[in-house]
Amino acid sequence: MALAPSKDTATAKGAAAKGSASAKGTASVKGTASARPPSRTPSRGFWSSTIGKKTVMAVSGLIMLAYLVAHVAGNLKVFFGPEEFNGYAHWLRVMGAPVLHHEWGLWLARIVLLAAVGAHAVSAYQLSRRDIRARPTRYVHRRKGSSYATRTMRWGGIIVGLFIVWHVLDLTTGTVHPGFESGRPYQNVIDTFSTWYGNTIYIVAMLAVGLHVRHGFWSAAQTLGVGNARRERALRLLANVLALALTAGFIAVPVGVMTGVVN
Amino acid sequence: MKLNLRVWRQKNAGAEGAMATYEVDGVSPDMSFLEMLDTLNEDLILRGEDPVAFDHDCREGICGACSLVINGDAHGPERTTTCQLHMRSFRDGDTIDVEPWRASAFPVVKDLVVDRSAFDRIIRSGGYVSVPTGSAPEAHATPVPKADADFAFEHAECIGCGACVAACPNGSAMLFTSAKVNHLNVLPQGAPERETRVLDMVAQMDAEGFGGCTLTGECATACPKGIPLPSIAAMNKEWLRARRKVK
Ligand code: HEM
Ligand code: SF4
Ligand code: FES
Repeated sequence: MALAPSKDTATAKGAAAKGSASAKGTASVKGTASARPPSRTPSRGFWSSTIGKKTVMAVSGLIMLAYLVAHVAGNLKVFFGPEEFNGYAHWLRVMGAPVLHHEWGLWLARIVLLAAVGAHAVSAYQLSRRDIRARPTRYVHRRKGSSYATRTMRWGGIIVGLFIVWHVLDLTTGTVHPGFESGRPYQNVIDTFSTWYGNTIYIVAMLAVGLHVRHGFWSAAQTLGVGNARRERALRLLANVLALALTAGFIAVPVGVMTGVVN
Repeated sequence: MKLNLRVWRQKNAGAEGAMATYEVDGVSPDMSFLEMLDTLNEDLILRGEDPVAFDHDCREGICGACSLVINGDAHGPERTTTCQLHMRSFRDGDTIDVEPWRASAFPVVKDLVVDRSAFDRIIRSGGYVSVPTGSAPEAHATPVPKADADFAFEHAECIGCGACVAACPNGSAMLFTSAKVNHLNVLPQGAPERETRVLDMVAQMDAEGFGGCTLTGECATACPKGIPLPSIAAMNKEWLRARRKVK
């Protein structure tokens, strides 16, 4: 054979380079005789790969994040009074006109967002199940805080997901909103934030969004291979700024209503 | 020093295991953690009991055979391998918990010994370079930029111990796999298999039942060789690049 791909090349190199004679010929002995077979046949497929699923999660997350930035900017118009806010809501419906028909732009955005939420939730669910199965036994001696980020992403994600459902039923369709009037969003917003539960649900969800974006934005950069040691500080900073700006911007609206600045 | 050890005992892969408590006396602060376990085992053998099984080989921090989760930390409280951990890191009278690596891809074989053959299969799937044998090539024929050589060397330091998997809340092998992929993918010698290497090693890693990466960073904190967390992002980049190139 002209080519000699050797299993030991890679591992032996590390040890040999450090000037040691005991290269890793022992690698295969490590596992002892009862070598455990892999749980399934390897696949190069995109969706069957953990990295592929993470990529879907990162891209769909970034789409939702871009939407949230636009959404918070729109929401803050509530501080300029009912005319400007309702006018903005009207513009959303004629967005893209005259190229697009009435509400086409809005529906296009809704479809993209729905697809993003779906893809994100499915990949998050499948990866989380896989992760839990990969580590079924806990250590008897448990350290604190080791899976903080992972757990807040899962619980935070579920809270945000439930909130999205409630939020649409509350302010888009009005299903759970007594006295909802379509076409008068300013009044509807004031209604929602005049109830204790409206404020509580909303503020808790926005704190969850902040935490989710804080780890999520930085994670997405790693998943997409944009992160590296040099950009580490900048990416962390950007993640924190985005998370803080979104949370503060969203929470400003109920606080504005509660304090009577918006009425 | 006198210590209280709580050690995971399990007869074989199929048996139920439990923590057992032992007292070890006459421990010198200059002993390594494994020598302390040797002391315990000598005692157990004299008493006619089954000694505690644990993996070890070089005992100089280079082979990756030793393991052990000590007080919840893979390789214990210092950033080194268990064989290079010394008892001066503990205090007289301490109670120390000793457990095996935990991951479904690393099943317990006996006591503290786990089956890490999954790593061997990941290496076999792409952790090699193809070299023409026969005449040795001229050493300077293939120049490697200094930055690439440093990057490769940093990742070549991985000894395949599996502490990254043991520390990860998802039992993920991304740090190990990224060390192997990055080590070879950056070098001209590794270029012919650059795309298939990362695709096949990641596919094998997933097939072994390791979890995905949630970027918790526990792996890089536990790694005795300091393989850094950004290595995972570098492998993700290689994987996405290979996906675009290989149809
Ligand atoms: C349907 C509700 C949601 C659920 C169930 C959810 C769940 C999750 C989970 C579990 C993760 C981390 C999983 C892992 O790393 O393996 C994650 C990551 C992420 N999420 Fe969400 N999330 C939701 C909504 C959102 C929203 C509204 C945004 C927009 C800001 C978002 C942005 C992100 C980003 C950018 C990531 C990082 C992706 C990566 O790690 O590469 N998520 N999500
Ligand atoms: S990356 Fe570090 S912890 Fe993981 S196997 Fe290699 S040396 Fe061990
Ligand atoms: S016994 Fe070889 S690294 Fe510890």
